[in-house]
Amino acid sequence: MNAENPIWALISTFGLMSLFAVGGAAAAVPEMHRIAVEVHHWMTDKQFADAYAIAQLSPGPNVLIVTLIGYAVAGIPGALAATLAMCLPTALLAYYVSRLLNRPSQSRWPGLIQAALVPLSIGLMAASALILARLTDHTIAALLLTAMVAVIASLSRINPLWLLLGGGLLGFAGIV
Amino acid sequence: MSTDSAPAAQEPDREPDQGPDLADVPPGLAALFVAFARMSLAGFGGVLVFARHAIVEQHRWMTADEFNETFALCHFLPGPNIVNLSMVFGARLRGLAGGVAAFAGLLLPPTLIMTVLAIIYAHFGDLDVLRRSLGGISCAAVGLLIAVVLRMMTPLFKRIDVVALILMLGVFLAIGVLRLPLQAVLLVAVPVSIGATYFLRRKVAA
Repeated sequence: MNAENPIWALISTFGLMSLFAVGGAAAAVPEMHRIAVEVHHWMTDKQFADAYAIAQLSPGPNVLIVTLIGYAVAGIPGALAATLAMCLPTALLAYYVSRLLNRPSQSRWPGLIQAALVPLSIGLMAASALILARLTDHTIAALLLTAMVAVIASLSRINPLWLLLGGGLLGFAGIV
Repeated sequence: MSTDSAPAAQEPDREPDQGPDLADVPPGLAALFVAFARMSLAGFGGVLVFARHAIVEQHRWMTADEFNETFALCHFLPGPNIVNLSMVFGARLRGLAGGVAAFAGLLLPPTLIMTVLAIIYAHFGDLDVLRRSLGGISCAAVGLLIAVVLRMMTPLFKRIDVVALILMLGVFLAIGVLRLPLQAVLLVAVPVSIGATYFLRRKVAA
């Protein structure tokens, strides 16, 4: 358990990050990118963008992009360590807090704190979008695809999976 | 990243209380594990919608209001919301063991799938076909994220909530453009935002 051990680095990084991840997985993407690509050089920009795409395309909670980061660092043990470190501490925290606040409607503080966190988590998610767009949209065609998906998904209730698969087909055909 | 991270989009989702129409017997640990594994594997692009359907409508383990309260609690705490929800929900029905069973059901199957995908990517990630396809998927995924952000922003613009919009812009610039560390930004932004919300609400009440 020294500082050089990659498993320990994964556990401490994601365990700490999860405690600051207000707004869920999408809001934590900029910090994941900063740590995994810029600070530790665990992945390249391209690998990070691919990991995000794979996590979006797979079933399960989207936070599981950390499984892919963990695997890139230390194989299967790394994948499991990163996943548990990101998910278990906050789940236990939620368990204890929910036992403390058995009747959440009695106090106005949970509602107030929640309202205060909303603009911050939107800002974090907007930052995620900017960072991911910088990683992926290198061509005009790619930028157009992103813009089109954004418009379609804003205006319709189409299942997002179809839009992802459509993007994959366009990529497969070499258009973007 | 649509549903399990978009609280604002879920607000209008309230339904009339379904009253005493709940299941008679709380589920066993194995039933909790299986139920959460199934909703997790059905949940492409976010699990929340499927979780709500399974818990409230299919199994009737919770009323719609109880579900909303539990989700609100899990949302104001840090971490992946749906993962928090699995632990809190399982624990409500079956104590800590129930929480762990639901948590494991939610995470174990997709983690195994993700690990297999990671192995495949490590071997074939350099293939041109795969690179191109993943590139296209990434572009679409960014578009989906932008759409979620736009939907969440709409109420702030409609209310012309200047303080919230300034805070949002500040966090966006600090994290997205200046690339400051998350902890530092939040240690400043969270107290400022809570303080501003508190005083604004007092002013409205007065």
